[in-house]
Amino acid sequence: MAEGIRDKVAIIGMGCTKFGELWDKSAEDLMVDAFKECMEDAGIEKKDINSAWFGVHFEEQSVGKGATSLALALKLPFIPVTRTENFCATATEAFRGACYGVASGAYDIALALGVEKLKDTGYGGLPGGPSLMGTKNAMIMPKLTAPGAFAMMATRYFSVYGLNPEEGKRMLAKVSVKSHYNGARNPKAHLRREVTEEQIINAPIIAWPLGLFDCCGVSDGSAAAIVTRADMAKKFRPDPIRVKALQVALSSGEELMYTKWDGAHVETTYRAGKLAYKEAGVKNPREEISMAEVHDCFSITEAVTMEDLQFSPRGKVKADIEAGRFNHDGPQPIQPDGGLKCFGHPIGASGLRMIYEMYKQLQGKAQLPERQIKNPKLGLTHNLGGFPPMNIVSIAIVGL
Amino acid sequence: MVGIKSYGAYIPRYRMDHGTLFMAVAFLGTFPAPGENAVANHDEDTLTMAVGAGIDCLSGMKREIVDGLYIATTSQPYMVRQNSALVATALDLQSSIRTADFIGSTKSGTTALLSALDTVRGDTLANILVCASDCRLSKPGSPQESLYGDGAASLLVGNDDVIATFEGAYSVSYDFPDRWRASGEKFEHAWEDRFIRDSGYSQFIAEVISGLLKKYNLNIKDFARIVYPGLYAREHGAIAKKLGADPAQLQDTLLSTVGDTGSASPLMMLVAALEDAKPGDRILVASFGDGGDAMSFQVTEKIKNVGSRRAVRKHIAAKKDLASYEKYLAFRNLAPMDLGMRGEINIKTPMSALFRERKVILSLCGSKCKKCGTPQYPYQRVCVNPDCGAIDQMEDYRFSDRKGVVFTYTGDNLAASIDPPSIYGLVDFDGGGRFWFDFTDCDLDSVKVGMPVEMTFRRRYVDESSGVHGYSWKAAPIRA
Repeated sequence: MAEGIRDKVAIIGMGCTKFGELWDKSAEDLMVDAFKECMEDAGIEKKDINSAWFGVHFEEQSVGKGATSLALALKLPFIPVTRTENFCATATEAFRGACYGVASGAYDIALALGVEKLKDTGYGGLPGGPSLMGTKNAMIMPKLTAPGAFAMMATRYFSVYGLNPEEGKRMLAKVSVKSHYNGARNPKAHLRREVTEEQIINAPIIAWPLGLFDCCGVSDGSAAAIVTRADMAKKFRPDPIRVKALQVALSSGEELMYTKWDGAHVETTYRAGKLAYKEAGVKNPREEISMAEVHDCFSITEAVTMEDLQFSPRGKVKADIEAGRFNHDGPQPIQPDGGLKCFGHPIGASGLRMIYEMYKQLQGKAQLPERQIKNPKLGLTHNLGGFPPMNIVSIAIVGL
Repeated sequence: MVGIKSYGAYIPRYRMDHGTLFMAVAFLGTFPAPGENAVANHDEDTLTMAVGAGIDCLSGMKREIVDGLYIATTSQPYMVRQNSALVATALDLQSSIRTADFIGSTKSGTTALLSALDTVRGDTLANILVCASDCRLSKPGSPQESLYGDGAASLLVGNDDVIATFEGAYSVSYDFPDRWRASGEKFEHAWEDRFIRDSGYSQFIAEVISGLLKKYNLNIKDFARIVYPGLYAREHGAIAKKLGADPAQLQDTLLSTVGDTGSASPLMMLVAALEDAKPGDRILVASFGDGGDAMSFQVTEKIKNVGSRRAVRKHIAAKKDLASYEKYLAFRNLAPMDLGMRGEINIKTPMSALFRERKVILSLCGSKCKKCGTPQYPYQRVCVNPDCGAIDQMEDYRFSDRKGVVFTYTGDNLAASIDPPSIYGLVDFDGGGRFWFDFTDCDLDSVKVGMPVEMTFRRRYVDESSGVHGYSWKAAPIRA
């Protein structure tokens, strides 16, 4: 019987660059920046690293295929380096590889590093959907973009739960108000300005019903983690952070091609969440998960994720949002660092950026006192890659 | 008896009001006659309209009976790659059929019809679908801009259950240089209008009709309906007078509602005549272009059995004013518009994959699980029903003639589009099956969750660097 990953692996060092439109930084610069902070935090030397996992999604925009760019940028000494790519779960997949590498006993110390250089495309937003989905899809899929794909979930959510566009947009606006509040206080965030509900509701429409402030930013960034076996971790630092669960779930096609999915939730999040809670021994996620960084590529994504992760009852997230449950001072803070909303979403880095925030919060080391969440026990990160009807979800739970 | 078994038509939703055109081109001294003409949407062309007309013509009929497809046009997108073979694939016709393109003259519509009738009479094929379609590019500011319209007609020719029997034909051919377009050229050239009118139009139509009457010993008064294109309103009537016909016998030319649809013109008028025809009616059809063809039909009792068709009348009624000349130019790529850098991203069409997946991409076929009965698009080998999962238990299942409802949708302002926002969504098909599609011929405000839609064959892109016109199916609100 499989035992899962719970308490077998610990994080002993992490690094995260400032995220933003970093016109002066190459992908390699970002890798070095994240690696430097990570190594200083872990207090180890490069020769201590036995193996590495490297996450990057749009390789053609930046580093090319394979994992050589990481080995070359960091001058890793002929150790195994594996590249992971699994849409927005790319960085968490790199982390999962490193964790499984040390948990298996194959290695003592492993590096996971994710990077994405998005701002060399020449346009805002990400490249269009069909071009990412292979030759057949390029000829039959709608010419959709990420905002459009997730906007369809908002349309559906409003329809299923009987919200008129005004009510629906107001609910979503509150999600972004909260994230901007948190991001404004985070020196590493890309967007550091608070916005009001009215600004959000009156912003230009990107993909109906989502407006500009319902969409996360697009930025460059990198984040990294050093992991080791849990029983070794205290040799490196007094406050290592333990991995409690790592789960991934992928769409089976029934959302897109079968007619049972309601379009108002993400099935993979629900499935991966259930497995992660079992792995971590969490019985009541609403009560036991102290805080989370979820995949708020769009405000609607965060809203339905609250339901899919069982933080809110199905169809009832609006009440929790309105009650301020997920605010920084609420009972279950979500996106304490500002989320994708304010960090932007360099695909290959985001998952590790989320774990970085959970790691720092659990250690009590959020940069500024007003950012620190009081006594968190368990932090959850969640990535959703692809589109609501066809996607990949990764979930990590970490704790003391 | 050989004759016509079914009819259909396609007219794009958009109309260009000649007032809009006048405002745009009057400075050039071009004064369009009052009225409007049908203009293709940005994703429509000759082939998409031919498919539309073919679907209308074949509605309620078994597509397996069709063993020939003739396309007639002067505006085919491909010079090499058979346009009729592409249309046959889009219509999901069987591969054991004869396909042919009739091109190069506005009489090609009647010539294709005549060839189909002769082929069926010769017993080598049983049921030939003829689609005449034209979507001609006219130079901005030219008289053709208001004269030409976009549209298609379709007729199924066979030798049983005919709704109109074929009685005979007569043709004339002249190398008449009224209009011409050399290989590689974008626009037609035209000689002086008075020359076309006096030396061609007025002469050839009268000659070919007189020839038909004489050959078969018929009288012009025998015909309930006389169909020939109306390039010049006054001469249109004058020809009838010269032939001894009553103006009441003349079929409406569609000139002020649709425009001159080139090779499709006489066949669209014939379809309109058939829509109103009674058993026993004789219909005379003549075309104009490098001479012309004339033919005579007699309507049978079976005309009463033709099922519901959009044909010409319903297509004319279901319209929307394009309202913007600039949009019209942009749709035809006559004014290069900035789509942003996203619009410059170009993926080369993998032709071998296109051929391998032709049933999925061009025929909109998926599969239906023989074990659990679930229809699924695109074709799957492993059943998508989570309670089934059978492997290789599939049969072909065509979605193109299935209606559905909007499951969800958006209007996307970020996606590169010549007509933003890009509207797309997921469609749940009647009878099962779900997939996502671009939507067309609709406005964002009118789209709702649960709205009924139908599938329509459209041009997806033109890749000028590779000379590829790519096509796929889109969802559209059900046209009245």
